[in-house]
Amino acid sequence: MAFDKMELRDIEVWDGNFAAAQALRQCQIDVVAAYPITPSTPIVEGYAKFLADGYVEGEFVMVESEHAAMSGCIGAAAAGGRVATATSSQGFALMVETLYQASGMRLPIVLNVVNRALAAPLNVNGDHSDMYLGRDSGWIQLDAYCPQDAYDLNFIAFKVSEDHDVRLPCMVHQDGFMTSHTAQGVHTLADDVAYSFIGDFKPMNDMLDFEHPVTHGVQTEEDWHFEHKARQHNDLMTKVMPKIQAAFDEFEKLSGRKYNIVESYNMDDADVCVVCMGTSVETAREVAQEMREKGIKAGVVGLRVIRPFPFFEIAEALKGVKAVAALDRSSPNGAPGMLFNEIAGCLYNTQERALLSGYVYGLGGRDLTKAHLVSLYKELQANVDAGKVLTPLQQFIGVRGPKLAFL
Amino acid sequence: MLEIRWHSRAGQGAVTGAKGLADVVSTTGKHVQAFAFYGSAKRGAAMTAYNRVADKIIMNHEKYMEPDFVFVIDPALVYTSDVTINAKEETVYIITTHMNTQELIASQPKLEGKKVYTVDCIKIAQETIGRPIPNTPMLGAFMKISKMYDIEFFKESMVRILGKLPQKIIDANMIAIQRAYDEVK
Repeated sequence: MAFDKMELRDIEVWDGNFAAAQALRQCQIDVVAAYPITPSTPIVEGYAKFLADGYVEGEFVMVESEHAAMSGCIGAAAAGGRVATATSSQGFALMVETLYQASGMRLPIVLNVVNRALAAPLNVNGDHSDMYLGRDSGWIQLDAYCPQDAYDLNFIAFKVSEDHDVRLPCMVHQDGFMTSHTAQGVHTLADDVAYSFIGDFKPMNDMLDFEHPVTHGVQTEEDWHFEHKARQHNDLMTKVMPKIQAAFDEFEKLSGRKYNIVESYNMDDADVCVVCMGTSVETAREVAQEMREKGIKAGVVGLRVIRPFPFFEIAEALKGVKAVAALDRSSPNGAPGMLFNEIAGCLYNTQERALLSGYVYGLGGRDLTKAHLVSLYKELQANVDAGKVLTPLQQFIGVRGPKLAFL
Repeated sequence: MLEIRWHSRAGQGAVTGAKGLADVVSTTGKHVQAFAFYGSAKRGAAMTAYNRVADKIIMNHEKYMEPDFVFVIDPALVYTSDVTINAKEETVYIITTHMNTQELIASQPKLEGKKVYTVDCIKIAQETIGRPIPNTPMLGAFMKISKMYDIEFFKESMVRILGKLPQKIIDANMIAIQRAYDEVK
């Protein structure tokens, strides 16, 4: 490797953004095309600095918008490079058109999405609106709960995304500010160890291979469009999960850190549980532990992989639990929350369907406190005791004004 | 779990201070968290930063905190924001001011009956570093009041953390930390 290596301590105190930037350095990204937006800016800023300081051999392309940023990534990936970028919120929304191009063209791009609310009203803080906006775009979506995860999942993302059986782009999500700007201890990998986990980039159908000319981004219309989309969906449904599991297994051997497609905490004998994503998973874990001291058998299920959706893994994780709360950090705007619907789908054809209720929380960075979670677990226990859901199916946590409840 | 809330103005270095403290503490085997609320705040706007320190891995990501220590690094914030919010009986306050502790409490009755220490981090920073960046002196004062670490160990650690700054600035910061350690009352 023709670049300088960086000596890291075993544990560095990094925020989620810097952790992701360091992972991009260690993965030796060939091209980052980026447009800055809060709270994801320090990721691409970090890569740019590493590049300027000689720690990476690559190209940083400054563009005029996020639409152009992803377009640049698509061009570079089609040409045959290892490509990544980062964005949030409005920037992500502007990228949406190109996200479908990236996945449809089967280009292994890694996009760090630092989750932030969508305007209006304008808000720079963390919620999952942008993450939810991307969930039908044909990308793989991995979810980090803390800076350590944001670091580790970038390696997993490249490993899975660039696999020739997969060739689908991958988002690594982290909560804006709550992870991206929160410094915590991060166990590091040495540069060589990190790089060898993902290995050299092996292009496939790359446009710079002049011996084997290919066309990307063609028009197909009614005769072939459906077959392409069906094949992409087929690969997401059948090929991606085993590759993610294999990457998690290999990563555990390398680092000792174990990731699972669905993360279950205290679920073996749980009566009540919450299903959520992002930093909330960890806060809920702490509260679940405390609830057990108060006699409530509480558990937590966190999604590590959002797309492809872990349909059977969630049904398995929820086996035996009596009441489940689905926590959505994005306004469903006229429907039940996404997690509520997806979990209902997982459980509907199973023998033991738990009592399911949905909660919308934390929009625009509104705090999810431990006290909120304590009352939530108590509410679920009351449902268990009564043998039915005593509340409306959709409630709001932490919003001011009259209590909101629907369905 | 040790929890600290910083009251600062954007640009005074509370985030850097909180992260620097977290870095030092992490090297001693403890688990740390450092974060801040500033939204899209402009330089000079009131803001808060936070530290958590624990023996076990920190999973709590709530922003709500009942702090053990409150650091105020801008003197006017004692009057323009509520530095006592969500505090406990035993919360310790270290406040930057040109006044002595009695004068400060007389000027802000909310601090009556609380454990308040004062030090003029702004003046110290101006006289040593040459700029009113009161974050590192506050940490010197904190070392004195909390007895968390030996001041020499703390200064050595801060030399590493400030590593990329010019030597003159690092030296000035060390003097500032020591002065605040000596002067906090």
